[in-house]
Amino acid sequence: TIREKAMALLFLPALARMAVCGGTHGNELSGVYVVQEMERQRKEKGEGVWPIPVTTVLSNPRAVKECRRYIDTDMNRCFSRDTLSSPITDSSPYEVRRAQELNNLLGLKGSTDAIDLICDLHNTTSNMGLTLILCTSSDWVTLHICKYLQTKITKVPVRVLVLDFPISDAYSLESVSKHGFTLEVGPQPHGVVRADIYIIMKEAVDLTIDWIHKFNSGTVFEGGDVETYMLIKSVDYPRDPETRTLTAAIHPQLQDKDFCLLKRGDPLFLSFSGETVNYEEEETLHPFFINEAAYYEKGIAFQLAKKMMLTIPAVRVQKD
Amino acid sequence: MFVEKKRQKKKEMSRVAVCGGTHGNELAGVYLVRERLKRRADGTEPVSVVTVMSNPRAVQLCVRYVETDLNRCFTRATLSAPVSETSPYEMIRSQELNALLGPKGSAQAVDLLCDLHNTTANTGLCLITYSDCDWICLHICKHLQARTNTKMASTPVRYVHFDIPLNEAYSLDSVGKHGFAMEIGPQPHSVVRSVIFSAMQEGVQLMMDWICQFNSGTLFEGGWVDVYTMVKNIDYPRDSETHVITAAVHPNLQDRDFCLLHPGDPMFLSFSGETLRYKGKEALYPFFINEGAYYEKGIALSLARKRRVEIPSVRSETLR
Repeated sequence: TIREKAMALLFLPALARMAVCGGTHGNELSGVYVVQEMERQRKEKGEGVWPIPVTTVLSNPRAVKECRRYIDTDMNRCFSRDTLSSPITDSSPYEVRRAQELNNLLGLKGSTDAIDLICDLHNTTSNMGLTLILCTSSDWVTLHICKYLQTKITKVPVRVLVLDFPISDAYSLESVSKHGFTLEVGPQPHGVVRADIYIIMKEAVDLTIDWIHKFNSGTVFEGGDVETYMLIKSVDYPRDPETRTLTAAIHPQLQDKDFCLLKRGDPLFLSFSGETVNYEEEETLHPFFINEAAYYEKGIAFQLAKKMMLTIPAVRVQKD
Repeated sequence: MFVEKKRQKKKEMSRVAVCGGTHGNELAGVYLVRERLKRRADGTEPVSVVTVMSNPRAVQLCVRYVETDLNRCFTRATLSAPVSETSPYEMIRSQELNALLGPKGSAQAVDLLCDLHNTTANTGLCLITYSDCDWICLHICKHLQARTNTKMASTPVRYVHFDIPLNEAYSLDSVGKHGFAMEIGPQPHSVVRSVIFSAMQEGVQLMMDWICQFNSGTLFEGGWVDVYTMVKNIDYPRDSETHVITAAVHPNLQDRDFCLLHPGDPMFLSFSGETLRYKGKEALYPFFINEGAYYEKGIALSLARKRRVEIPSVRSETLR
């Protein structure tokens, strides 16, 4: 039964090393400065500064230097197997080249040499608090980390978003390691670092390191239910059919209401000439990434999710 | 009760310019200009309004600027410098705009130039100008401040003054006989928020209403306006070698634009957790706190002195 499954204790291998990656998008600044601060701490206190081995990475240094999301192409779409194995030429996009470097450093993706955990740091202009983004709903390690963060962090809502990709299709940085997740904190404008947002992200990274240390030391982490949001689909802005420019903005009643309930008849958009566009679908869903700046060019005004309860078993480190 | 100052008579305002997209990623102005251009005048308006997309290339790419900040290209020196095909795009464009809306300082210049901007700082609505005795600008400010029962009612309206002589005045609004930047925040760059768009639309409408009333001979009573005059800028603490910032605006100061900052008040919180305090001797009013575009200009916040300025009643000279 599900109950028995939840009460069963699963033994999993220790996590030998984790990577903290910032600046995968060069203008999402909390991660850039978390990595900068961690490197400063390591320089000051030596390798023993954290209880477990941590590799810190500035994923996209050129984009960070220019404070842009990317130079040639979105780096967080460059980690599919095809892109990672494509031949590099002089005309290859910078990010493709760099993705292959990172795969050599933190991977190889899919191999036993890959680093145990990647924690990829991101910001969003959406009011998403702390959102932990997983590519799979069946990795107990990352789900346990999520559960731990939800218990320990109380200043902001902590939510779990599952994208549920088939492993072979995953294209983001955190798919390189054995376990991976994205730490997304908002709202913060791109190109800006807010102290309150930085503090939340730093705390989440410190707690992740803390969990791994406790896990590796033999702590039993109890199973239970984890409430998650599963991505269903994306919704674009109303656009002019010829020019493709936006004809409406997110409605004031939807703006900043990430993860609230969206019901049929609720307003979605307010056009620049004053008309309201409503949500006409039957299914009540949860909107998120509402008005994310980087998604205008991807044709996304917001995305919709269904709430999904996942049951996870108790876990404990496997002793050799 | 104050003694009524001598009434100021001014010629009516026959030509007004509304400019948006001077920074291509400050989107409320971009969409407002697009909306205004869609509803072109039918020739019956009492005042001629020219609506301009200032930096079309930057708007297309959704960046602040392509080669150099357009809103620093309107000094006399830059406007009269020789240009060639290899000159920066924005320099060529500033001279085009000067020919269209100016020339700056001449009798042909538009009577009023309103330049639309957004900021990531929590400034509310600011009219930013180079004069603290331009009665037109001050009366428009007073008119915007007086509106009630409107969508704008919750947006504070303030008058900000940069004490720079006209020759050195570097921004687009200095091209008109009268002019100001209408700056509204907070809004992330590359994002359009519906309430910010509405506030800007209403601000422009109220400005146009004032101009029409003025032109038809309405007497506007004198009164008082609080003027914030810029005193100095404060940069982020930076690493002496690499020049990267080592602290963020302190949570106690973040979002507190126009709240008095006293000597000893927290200003920055370093990424390693130390508080840095305001060391000035004079209590001043901070604004443009944590504006994303100012990191590269070495500005974390600006500081202003506030004083009450008495303004005379004004009425246009009716030319018969």
